Amino acid sequence: MSALAAAADTVDGGQRALTISLFVIFVVATLVITIKASRNNATAADFYSGGRSLTGPQNGVAIGGDYMSAASFLGIAGIIALSGYDGFLYSIGFLVAWLVALLLVAELLRNSGKYTMADVLAFRMKQRPVRVAAGISTITVSIFYLLAQMVGAGALVTLLLGVSSDTAKNITIVAVGALMIFYVTVGGMKGTTWVQIIKAVLLMTGTSLVTILVMIKFGGSVSALLGEAAAQSGKGDAFLNPGLKYGTDAQGLAGKLDLISLGIALVLGTAGLPHILTRFYTVPDAKAARKSVLWAIGIIGSFYLMTICLGFGAAALVGPDAIKAQNPAGNTAAPQLAEAIGQEFFGDLGGTLLLAIIAAVAFATILAVVAGLTLASSSSFAHDIYASVIKRGQADEKSEVRVARIAAFAIGGTAIVLSIYAQKLNVAFLVALAFAVAASGNLPAILYSLFWKRFNTTGAVSAIYGGLLSSVILVFFSPVVSGKVTPGVNGAPDVSASLFGLGTDFSWFPLENPGLVSIPFGFFCGWLGTVLSKEHNAEKYAEMEVRSLTGAGSEKAVQH
Amino acid sequence: MSTVHDRSSTHAGGGESFEQVQATDEFQGLKRTLRRFVFPATALFLGWYLLYILLTAYARDFMSTKLIGEINVAYVFGLSQFVSTFAIAFVYSRYAEKRFDPTADTIRHRLEGTVPAEATVKPAKPRKPAKPTPTSTVKETST
Repeated sequence: MSALAAAADTVDGGQRALTISLFVIFVVATLVITIKASRNNATAADFYSGGRSLTGPQNGVAIGGDYMSAASFLGIAGIIALSGYDGFLYSIGFLVAWLVALLLVAELLRNSGKYTMADVLAFRMKQRPVRVAAGISTITVSIFYLLAQMVGAGALVTLLLGVSSDTAKNITIVAVGALMIFYVTVGGMKGTTWVQIIKAVLLMTGTSLVTILVMIKFGGSVSALLGEAAAQSGKGDAFLNPGLKYGTDAQGLAGKLDLISLGIALVLGTAGLPHILTRFYTVPDAKAARKSVLWAIGIIGSFYLMTICLGFGAAALVGPDAIKAQNPAGNTAAPQLAEAIGQEFFGDLGGTLLLAIIAAVAFATILAVVAGLTLASSSSFAHDIYASVIKRGQADEKSEVRVARIAAFAIGGTAIVLSIYAQKLNVAFLVALAFAVAASGNLPAILYSLFWKRFNTTGAVSAIYGGLLSSVILVFFSPVVSGKVTPGVNGAPDVSASLFGLGTDFSWFPLENPGLVSIPFGFFCGWLGTVLSKEHNAEKYAEMEVRSLTGAGSEKAVQH
Repeated sequence: MSTVHDRSSTHAGGGESFEQVQATDEFQGLKRTLRRFVFPATALFLGWYLLYILLTAYARDFMSTKLIGEINVAYVFGLSQFVSTFAIAFVYSRYAEKRFDPTADTIRHRLEGTVPAEATVKPAKPRKPAKPTPTSTVKETST
């Protein structure tokens, strides 16, 4: 905690005021847009899918805003700044993943579904069991992801505003939670979308600015940047090679397998994330869904390319010691780089200004992502569990949307309370867990239901529960939950690198990322469940196939 | 159920059932057109990505070979993943526009009984075999 206190000293009042003012401008602008969006929020299609009236490019930018989380912005830059090349693995995995969405999922999902992931999974199956499974999976994935983001917001306020008291963190978490509930309940999908679009534009502008300055500083030479980063890192050439963080020789076989497991989960998880899937419903047709993924790939690809500059730039210009002094995990590398490079080019004021901008962008990033998650999970609760299961399909649209709003309050409130309690815990693994569940349970179910004729209710339910449970159980018994110790350096005491503290160790699964086992297991469960059941609805299969490929009978945009 | 599938489940529109549409050569061709591209492309990019991950895990010396200045094989390989992603996305969008969309649209319009919207947007198809429209008529309408 002394490092945090030190961080508090380094943040001066002027920068704090500037960051807060910029952030307040963002909040006010998004609130105004949300309230404006709420005027066109009459029907369920408006609330869940923004009336399906976004254009492809708009949705593509919003997907970028929904997807590029604070974990990828601050986290990847930090990993690269401290461990060099290995952080780049995330950037690559997070981008390549979009090809799964583009080639196999986006268009067919847009044509056959309506509001949620379960619409596609339950299309030709028995509604209730499949919707319950898909609803549980959606809410679980979203809450894991949500907790990681909100606890991150609490930590961020310490790092960026220099306020380290628990009260300040709690206030931040409550404020982030309250804003996200407001965006979702008042603005619905349209409001949330505009928050994400604005955030994406700010994030791209901020990172481009820092990247351009870094490249000017190194005379446009990536090689020079890498050389300086390696020199400053104190690790020499090893800093530029794979293997400092993942799959190190010391970790042995488990380390190598963990690296492969992480890589697979990153690539297969994205197309199973419910808050991403629901974004494909916001456009008028499959062609626009395709176009939005193309835009998303362009934006997300450019962003992840810039993480190289952010990470190595921070290593070269800030240095690992200064970064670790603020945050041992390196989460402040990007803001610190902004300050250093701003100072270099425009003096002290420039440094303060650029730091404030990047800090405000980081907060905006968290807000946009948590809003998307809350919307996806509350939609699934209202549409899949309330309307289809509790009311057996007899709920009218109005009450469904009312329930979605109440669910947003409930889920948001739960997330706030859990985040406050989870603050002192090491919850970074939750994002990886969310990706693992999405890749192991949701993706097999989606792919089988779109491409495998024989697939049926038992198969869908088995795939979802098999993937979900195997991921959660394996992570529970892995080193991220118990038994991982970071040895103290220079006589300092050992610290726990797990969720549980020192002395608790019930782990038996050696990998931190369960994907290598849980993804094949999810696909296997889906296959096994299918062949064990004779159910097949040829009529609904024909309808689904014709509809998903041609768009005939697909949900149309709302005319206002 | 009813909230999700409010349309009749058997009739695709235009007097055809979905099963009838599904059985047509036209539809089966459309399905093949899509699968012929997306399945091999998926195998390709997943294999390419897996190769990258495996080399990162097991071929450290090879990946650490310097190529240009400080830039080693690992970066070039990593960047090539970006390039291949952009390229596959671009090629797919071209393929889908040319080979897939026209047939999908034809079937959809037939089933929904709608007029192709593109006809009014696109600069009218130039090939009209029956009437060789003289350029003068175009000039007349434009003035």
